[in-house]
Amino acid sequence: MFHTDEIILAGFGGQGVLSMGQVLSYAAIIDAKETTWMPSYGPEMRGGTANCIVIISDRRISSPIITRFDSGIILNQPSLEKFESAIKKDGFLFYEESTIITPPAREDLTVLKIPAIKEAELMKKKQVANMIMLGAFLEIKPVVSMDSVLKALKKVLPERHHHLIPLNEQAILRGRELAAQQIQMTV
Amino acid sequence: MQEQISKEREIRLMKGNEALAEAAIRAGMHAYFGYPITPQSEILEYLTEQMPKRNFKVLQAESEVASINMIYGAAGAGARVMTTSSSPGISLMQEGLSYIASAELPCVVANVVRGGPGLGTIQPSQGDYFQAVKGGGHGDYRLIVLAPNSVQEMADFVFDGFRLAEKYRNPVMILTDGALGQMMEKVALPPEGSLEHVVPEWATVGKPKTREPNIITSLFIEPEKMQAVNIHLQKKYKTIEENEIRYEEYHTEDAEIILTAFGLSSRLCQKAVDLAREAGIKVGLLRPITLFPFPYQRISELAHDAKAFLTVEMNAGQMVEDVRLAVNGKKPVFFTGKMGGIIPSPEEILAKVEEMAANINNLTEVER
Repeated sequence: MFHTDEIILAGFGGQGVLSMGQVLSYAAIIDAKETTWMPSYGPEMRGGTANCIVIISDRRISSPIITRFDSGIILNQPSLEKFESAIKKDGFLFYEESTIITPPAREDLTVLKIPAIKEAELMKKKQVANMIMLGAFLEIKPVVSMDSVLKALKKVLPERHHHLIPLNEQAILRGRELAAQQIQMTV
Repeated sequence: MQEQISKEREIRLMKGNEALAEAAIRAGMHAYFGYPITPQSEILEYLTEQMPKRNFKVLQAESEVASINMIYGAAGAGARVMTTSSSPGISLMQEGLSYIASAELPCVVANVVRGGPGLGTIQPSQGDYFQAVKGGGHGDYRLIVLAPNSVQEMADFVFDGFRLAEKYRNPVMILTDGALGQMMEKVALPPEGSLEHVVPEWATVGKPKTREPNIITSLFIEPEKMQAVNIHLQKKYKTIEENEIRYEEYHTEDAEIILTAFGLSSRLCQKAVDLAREAGIKVGLLRPITLFPFPYQRISELAHDAKAFLTVEMNAGQMVEDVRLAVNGKKPVFFTGKMGGIIPSPEEILAKVEEMAANINNLTEVER
């Protein structure tokens, strides 16, 4: 049976939502899977909300544009309001704790509340909050191999930021820990 | 053979715009002239960034009118050249395109279409089908029009584009859209220098004493001469129609409903076909890859066994006119689409298919 994962990643511009999606897509290629990365690129990109749809599949992907998702990785309130209802029944929702005022209401979803910004501040680099979210997602939904994710970082980050790769790796691992703890608590 | 080719290709994750730009370098493009406009500015940015490291020239012109006329000049001198823009910029280029078609010069022009009319929106659209396929500029001329539906084809069609342009001495348009330009997919890039180039004998590169001067012009004052040029052009377009039609079919074998769509819309339709097939509806998809020449013949054949057609476009209904010409009244042809930069969802297409399927033996074409 073919397997496909359909993911929406959304937040404010500048939170690294688009690059988080690119890491997933690049890792999928390294895993020899098919992938599409479809960004929103409208006027909202200029300082407002940003989102991208990532599809990862064992076979050729038809439409890169979809309206229902297996998982959502959400980094702000407007995005939660926009996409909570678009997640498929019994799907997965990962949200950044400090940016959400009204938590998701759906009870069929597996919901993980990740304090990514707080943890990133503890790591003295607020910009890696996106990688903490990505790590949390991958702990629960290992849609690509961790090895490929680490390789993908080198491809997605511009060379001038390559000295930050260890920090990004650390952030991904921290995200995995946070998700693992939270799942244990709920079980 | 296919496997051998894929081994030589480099795999990358790229935006459609970047893949098109990289492919142009690998296809041995000598020069690019362009002017920035969303959603295709990455092409100019990418090429400008690569120019110091690679063997080609980039010039940001003062306008799209200048870009296309620089293309005219450089192509006349036998160079392999490309320009790209988005809808309003392509409109500005129409005069130059008509001249280039008349003067029979090869070049590749990519239109990363955005919603219109007017200055419009920067969101994706297919509203420039008529402009690309039916003329756009003045006079009886044709562009060879290729419509990619993936990042891979954004790269491959640059190679195909230069090959066709040089084979027929005719401008080639790659008609794509903002979504394909901005989205990222896996792309297997052909090796650099894999497309041979020879300076053509007609090029104006300096006259040796051994031959008459080469003249490149689109001005033929005497009507007899202008008629002769037109007859020659029409003959060429006929040859192109005989040899270069490309299309792709998906589950058409037993289909009662045939979807027709090009570019991004064909991807949405492919998903709609999958969803409809799961629901037990016999649906297939015909996707024209070349928009000129258009696969009239194949659509006409499909009209024999199919019960109805549905054309899906991101415009008010443009290609559907060519589908209707091909079907020629044999079966009803319906249309669904979104305008102004909105992309129809596969579910919306499915809903239309289900509506048709529920009444399949009793469909009449009422909406025009």
